[in-house]
Amino acid sequence: MADLHNLTARALGALIAGRQVSAREAAEAFLARIEVADPGIHAFLTVTREHALADAAAIDARLKAGERPGPLAGVPVALKDVLCTRGIRTTCGSRILERFVPPYDATVAARLAAVGTILLGKANCDEFAMGSSTENSAFGPTRNPWDPERVPGGSSGGSAAAVAAREAPIALGTDTGGSIRQPAALCGVVGLKPTYGRVSRWGLVAYASSLDQVGPLTRTVEDAALTLNAIAGRDPLDSTSADLPVPDYTQACRAEVRGLRLGVPSEFLGGEVDPTVAGMTRQAVDTLCEAGAEAEECSLPSVTHCLAAYYIIAPAEASSNLARYDGVRYGMRSREHAGHIGMAERTRDEGFGDEVKQRIMIGTYALSAGYYDAYYRRAQQVRTLIRRDFDRAFERYDLLVTPTSPTVAFRLAERADDPLAMKLADICTLPANMAGIPAISVPCGFLEGLPLGLQILGKAFDEPTLLRAAYTYEQATDWHRRRPPL
Amino acid sequence: MALTPDDVRKVALLARLELDDDEIERQSRRINELMARFEALQQIDVTGVEPTFQSVPMCNVLREDEPRPSLHREELLANAPESRDGLFIVPRILGD
Repeated sequence: MADLHNLTARALGALIAGRQVSAREAAEAFLARIEVADPGIHAFLTVTREHALADAAAIDARLKAGERPGPLAGVPVALKDVLCTRGIRTTCGSRILERFVPPYDATVAARLAAVGTILLGKANCDEFAMGSSTENSAFGPTRNPWDPERVPGGSSGGSAAAVAAREAPIALGTDTGGSIRQPAALCGVVGLKPTYGRVSRWGLVAYASSLDQVGPLTRTVEDAALTLNAIAGRDPLDSTSADLPVPDYTQACRAEVRGLRLGVPSEFLGGEVDPTVAGMTRQAVDTLCEAGAEAEECSLPSVTHCLAAYYIIAPAEASSNLARYDGVRYGMRSREHAGHIGMAERTRDEGFGDEVKQRIMIGTYALSAGYYDAYYRRAQQVRTLIRRDFDRAFERYDLLVTPTSPTVAFRLAERADDPLAMKLADICTLPANMAGIPAISVPCGFLEGLPLGLQILGKAFDEPTLLRAAYTYEQATDWHRRRPPL
Repeated sequence: MALTPDDVRKVALLARLELDDDEIERQSRRINELMARFEALQQIDVTGVEPTFQSVPMCNVLREDEPRPSLHREELLANAPESRDGLFIVPRILGD
């Protein structure tokens, strides 16, 4: 069967369940697609061909024996390379973990395997998920499938590019300040950051533990819902994972949006946001209103402080989380070193890239004696103000609608030497992480041939309403059907 | 209040990063740029505002203290830069 790689996860899963296509044929189709497309994109750091073919054969055997393993059985997936995979190298895009082979699976990897998905490989990302362009990977950047001279966004740029380039129907990413949604927008795919605590973080290599969350990148909203069904839920290995029932998110897609109240925060329609991008967001809101939703402009005054508070909190947590890379238990060790402390210092200097060092330095400074109250504690207090703004907004509105990214994908190297310009790429996505709420990006148009995303934010654990609006918007438009030229 | 290169050296020591003079200079410039931008935080009135350390309200999570299988020692040591006789090997920290 031709062009299996162009099918959605749901369509492919249905063909496999109906035994019209074997899991092996599906895996081979995507492995062949990776061979053709990835040399120009570099979405993958590791391709797990042998694992994929063996796992696909096992699914085919189960289907042949009459088992019905579920809608994602035999569907290939890619995992961002910050998610641990037992026996498969997990680098975090860093020299320091270049040869790290985890002795256990991340819970999300285990759960996807349990529903029968087939792991194709590990996706490129900014080093330790720190960045907005995937240029910070120690193993070279990923390129945007819509224009190889442009970045795919980041930090889950490999995951987004793999899905956009039809190298995988589903990829998992992680989102600390927008790292799923921003690359999804810049690559023209769907990206969902679930509520903090909705998905287990066990086996996710920690960046900023109070903000990190795992979620899907897919080509359709329904595929994102199917994937969330598989990975959501309480995990005894992550004490922050919520002990709440997991609804069927695909059913939630089906409901109408009639009567839903949408707030459109004015802070996201000016300032750093390109006026054309703001205009396209308003058009998307009109589309939702034509489907029966009601919208009005509103204000979240504290979100203007998000960037500053985030760049204290995230580096502070990172400086603590990354203290473990000391050249003793795993990861690289510098060949040349004097003494125990010298070994750690030299190893970390050689093993980490510039951006990671910068964040470790800022975080260490913000947490050091005499500065804790002025920086770290104050940033956490500002975070409370941001949360309160969202709480107030959600008393009036069911959902909030904004652009995902203030601009289309920028050129490679364009912002690499300007850390502040790079960080502005995340201004629309940071607030959801600060408040812990779910948010999704769906394709909402093209500017000069490059895709843009619409961001929808919901109340904590109200992914069903989020998906319902995202699905309605997607069905009313055809942006998600366009394919990049490769 | 800008950080001097000596301040940055002190932070680098706390962070266990051996940075050469060029890197100290570059990091100083970048950190000062970012911190200047974030000075706005100092102007916000946060009197009486509780900090949010976790976005989802939580209290202690307890479990039964029962033995469970652990990871295999050989598998864990296989990732170590240097190991011998089931132990991690590190540079000597005490004199002979």
